[in-house]
Amino acid sequence: MDDTKRDGWKALLALAPAAIMLIIFTFFPIVNTFFMSFMEGFKLKDGAGLLAINNGFSGIGFGGYRQVLTDPIFQSAILNTLILVVVSVPLTIVISLLMAVALNGIKKLQGLYQTIFFLPYVTNTIALGMVFGAMFGSADSGVINQIIRLFGGTPKDWTTMNALKWDSFWVIIVYTVWNGLAFKILVFMSGLQSIDKQYYDAAKIDGTSKARILWKITIPLLSPQILYITITSFIGAFKSYTGVISIFGKGEAYFGGAGNDWITIVGYIYKQMGSSGKGAYTKGAAAAVILLIIILIVTAIQGAVAKKRVHY
Amino acid sequence: MASDVYFIDEAAKKRFKRQRIVFNILTYTFLTICALFMLLPFYYMIITSLKTPQALTNEMYTKTLNLFPSFDQLTLDNYRIVISGYSEEAKTFAEGNFLRYYANTILVAVCSTAITVITCILSAFAFARLNFRGKNLLFTLLLATMMIPGEMMIITNFTTISLLGWKNTYQALILTHAVSVFYIYYLRQTFQQIPNELFLAAKVDGYGVFKYLWKVMIPIAMPTIVTIIILSVMGSWNAYLWPTMVTSEDSMKLVANGLMDLFQSFQSQPAELLAKGYEYTDNLRLAGSFMVTLPLFVFFLIFRKYIMRGVSRSGIKG
Repeated sequence: MDDTKRDGWKALLALAPAAIMLIIFTFFPIVNTFFMSFMEGFKLKDGAGLLAINNGFSGIGFGGYRQVLTDPIFQSAILNTLILVVVSVPLTIVISLLMAVALNGIKKLQGLYQTIFFLPYVTNTIALGMVFGAMFGSADSGVINQIIRLFGGTPKDWTTMNALKWDSFWVIIVYTVWNGLAFKILVFMSGLQSIDKQYYDAAKIDGTSKARILWKITIPLLSPQILYITITSFIGAFKSYTGVISIFGKGEAYFGGAGNDWITIVGYIYKQMGSSGKGAYTKGAAAAVILLIIILIVTAIQGAVAKKRVHY
Repeated sequence: MASDVYFIDEAAKKRFKRQRIVFNILTYTFLTICALFMLLPFYYMIITSLKTPQALTNEMYTKTLNLFPSFDQLTLDNYRIVISGYSEEAKTFAEGNFLRYYANTILVAVCSTAITVITCILSAFAFARLNFRGKNLLFTLLLATMMIPGEMMIITNFTTISLLGWKNTYQALILTHAVSVFYIYYLRQTFQQIPNELFLAAKVDGYGVFKYLWKVMIPIAMPTIVTIIILSVMGSWNAYLWPTMVTSEDSMKLVANGLMDLFQSFQSQPAELLAKGYEYTDNLRLAGSFMVTLPLFVFFLIFRKYIMRGVSRSGIKG
């Protein structure tokens, strides 16, 4: 910087519009929700004002956290979320990586395929979740069951109240993978296109096999993109909720009722928000803080792994 | 590249060519299967949304696969019902509101995008061009908020909106998400790449910093700004959780939560629909899905290049 003179008032002017809104709708809520999670039995009081502390509550402490952590519905929400994360994230990354490598290896029709693969990105999560819900559906409906029948299999209830939990599971996974591929393929493609062709020419002269090229050249050189995608997908998958309810609907049955219910951590938070009971907000806020802690831990672990494994 | 490869003898050349053909066949087969997997939901959505209730019921009873229905099995009635409601008396999805959802979503998308872009340009400019105390600290603080799950904000924002009496208002839908830290970060990166010499030259010409922003920085950063506009509009079209929290009146809903409520209302199998022969409602539901998806597709076809380039450079969803 050549001019060391400060532009204090100009900066104030330029930052003011964003700052005002960020303070009201981002910074204040983070602090306020954090306090709310420690206010046991929180209840909104009419005319109490915006600060959590002015509303009704019965005590300060970890009561909300205790309630949430011992709530069987929250425990199953954590377990469900973890299962969905652990299965869907690696699956999506591996498939999108293979698709990107295959796509990068062709010349004819590359643009067409790339556009087709990108289409799921330009959709509405609710709208396409409903399509997957209908594609699987009940034992006597849905294109998937009809295809199963065509091959002599037994059709299943996939998304109805009678569906088994592990049958519903696959609907969520298929939709999550389908929905997540587009963005990852695009990021991997831009990474692949920036890899220096010389590496591949050298490998060709040595007569290296395609599998070895993929494993020893492509994947290491793509590791920054893989790290970026892994971190963002993990964070995204821990927040899954909209996709699930768009498939099954958001009736009570899917919020800690029927045996097939796939309530997630975020689903649990919204369940609390929708209930007007005393302390429901305390539980919702506590669950949100727990989600934040989980995300921070997972990101920290990935950062540590990345230091060893990522080649820049 | 293959054309640059030299071979010792003809046999080696042939072997190489054969291998390449096999490899190409495998690659294209794999990609085609993937493409069909990607396209099937769209095809199924369109074809089912056009099926008459009779065709759909028949299909359910006889349990047959009907991916290519004949012309007399198709109808536009489903869309009429989705657009104008199925019942004149009952107030459940009877007010013909899908067009209203469109209008609401467009209004919210335009306003929140406009505010997002203005606040984003000004703040990115401050962080990239101006000197002020605590700049780095403030910027780090901003970036840190990106890690925090939106639900932390939503809980308090919901109580704020309730206390302000803003439920079922446009300002509740627009203002809460009208500043995006990510876009500020993204645009700041672009602004920082503008060479300092331009600023010095502009200063010689008597430009102030704001005039420099308007006349030089914004035109240079236009591709990034266009990307931000597009992503922001798409984000509004996708918004579901917050609109669901703050809108209960049908006249205030956006497309995504309107569609979800339509889904819920069909799940209860209303008598008016049964009377019209809708024993199953997949066709109605998917007509609704297509109504929500179609504008996005048109948008995508027009701005395909910008969208794909922008997404690959920035990368955000969900």
